[in-house]
Amino acid sequence: MTLLQLDKVGHAFLGRTVLERIDLGISAGELVALVGPSGSGKSTLAHIAAGLVEPRMGRVNRRYRRHAVIFQEPRLLPWKRTADNIGLGLAGQRVGGDARRRKLHAVASRVALEYGDLEKFPAQLSGGMRQRAAIARALIAEPDFIFFDEPFSALDVALKRRMQDIVVDTVAHSGLSGLFITHDLSEAVRIAHRILVLDRNGRGIAGSRIVPSRPGERDDRFVFETSVEFLAGDRLFAHVNDCDERSLP
Amino acid sequence: MATARLARTGRFVWSGWAGLAGLSVFAAVWQAGHEAYGSFILPAPAETFASVVALLAEPESWRIVWATAGRALLGFGIAAGIGTMAGTLAGYHPAIMRLARPQITLMLGVPPIAWIVLLMIWFGNGVGTVSATAAVACLPIVFIAAAEGIATRDRGLDDMARAAGLGPIRRLLRIGMRQMLHTLFPALVMALGTAFKASIMAELLANAGGVGEELAVARANLDVSLALAWILLSVTALITVEYGLLQPLRAEIETWREAARPWGVRR
Ligand SMILES: Nc1ncnc2c1ncn2[C@@H]1O[C@H](COP(=O)(O)OP(=O)(O)O)[C@@H](O)[C@H]1O
Ligand SMILES: [Mg+2]
Repeated sequence: MTLLQLDKVGHAFLGRTVLERIDLGISAGELVALVGPSGSGKSTLAHIAAGLVEPRMGRVNRRYRRHAVIFQEPRLLPWKRTADNIGLGLAGQRVGGDARRRKLHAVASRVALEYGDLEKFPAQLSGGMRQRAAIARALIAEPDFIFFDEPFSALDVALKRRMQDIVVDTVAHSGLSGLFITHDLSEAVRIAHRILVLDRNGRGIAGSRIVPSRPGERDDRFVFETSVEFLAGDRLFAHVNDCDERSLP
Repeated sequence: MATARLARTGRFVWSGWAGLAGLSVFAAVWQAGHEAYGSFILPAPAETFASVVALLAEPESWRIVWATAGRALLGFGIAAGIGTMAGTLAGYHPAIMRLARPQITLMLGVPPIAWIVLLMIWFGNGVGTVSATAAVACLPIVFIAAAEGIATRDRGLDDMARAAGLGPIRRLLRIGMRQMLHTLFPALVMALGTAFKASIMAELLANAGGVGEELAVARANLDVSLALAWILLSVTALITVEYGLLQPLRAEIETWREAARPWGVRR
């Protein structure tokens, strides 16, 4: 079953076209990575898909129960303690008292936040801890679909792996689906079932590749070799590592 | 959390010593002025203090101070309510802001004395005129701060809250207006002072009772020490409201800023 379907979606900011003719579908239990160079419109696409931005053209069909969004920045409320920030993920549901506290502690330990950290304000956390709190805020709602917008770019290598493992784990065990946006091809190869490449200028999806074997069964060697193979041998990935923002018209 | 509050209160009381030191310097300069110009122009601080004590002994003076404070607070409350609501609206909608700008410039540009004349014609000599003068004087300050607070909010938090499932009302109250407090609070403190000043001026000019009228009487009798005593009393009332009500509220809301400050950097 397709949980998320985008049909001919297009968008423009102040008359400048950012996205055009985007078609994509994500089925249940599938984690799809979307890669593309910086400034190609990945975040805009994620926001449209999550219903935070109304697209100028096209339609978005959502058939999942509940979604969560992990943004590029942590977006924590600076005046609330970490525990309350994570609890905000439950805003759409009625969960009170004990159940809430249990969920909170379970999800905090999953993202390796310690008990003492929960009492701190975001300003008292390190950058990585803030992003982990944001991830916990998404996971606590037990969504069946998650939008990830380059959530791990700010984390160090060890933590990044740990977080990727959590994502892979959640997908494998709770049948979660998601759209995982990244500019890091090896991250995409590591965790996704399928990789979509956004056109360098946002003019449609340039192509799609299925990653062999399953997430969670891939070791470092496989990830490294597959990424190198994609980058060197597949024309589809030729622009993924371009670092120049597209020039203004 | 309770201990944090206690520590905060302790720090606040301790900072009272610094305030007291500042007041002593002020009293010394005052005393010097008194010795240079004599009692008729500038009575000694001790003399004035004695007049204050004498005033406080009479229940009537309490009633007068309360009357002025009540009128000032009524005007302040009206301005705070309307200003916050209108400012919030203008903060969310730039078109409304553009419409409101000229009105604000107008309100700020008309001298308070002109307002008093107009309001005396409209409301007569009474509570209405005094409170309305205070409200008119405060309104632009509160409005601008509220609009600014909303307009400069972190829009990313709005999107985050929407994605987390918060409805529009909860987003407005818990995300938008919460961020607004940062600019609104200093404006409220300033508006409160303005309300007191405007009320006393209106009372004086409209003969509407309260501290203002007592000042007018003191002036008529050339009783400088009585005039100074009334001024001291009204300033004390203002400080009581500010430090008894507004600042604790602010401290409660801004705990996180305190926490965010690096170690050793405490006021
Ligand atoms: N709110 C906005 N207003 C105007 N332009 C925007 C806005 N958000 C993004 N853009 C523009 O859209 C393009 C795509 O941005 P974005 O989706 O953030 O790219 P990516 O996430 O792939 O780096 C960029 O050129 C950016 O300048
Ligand atoms: Mg982005």
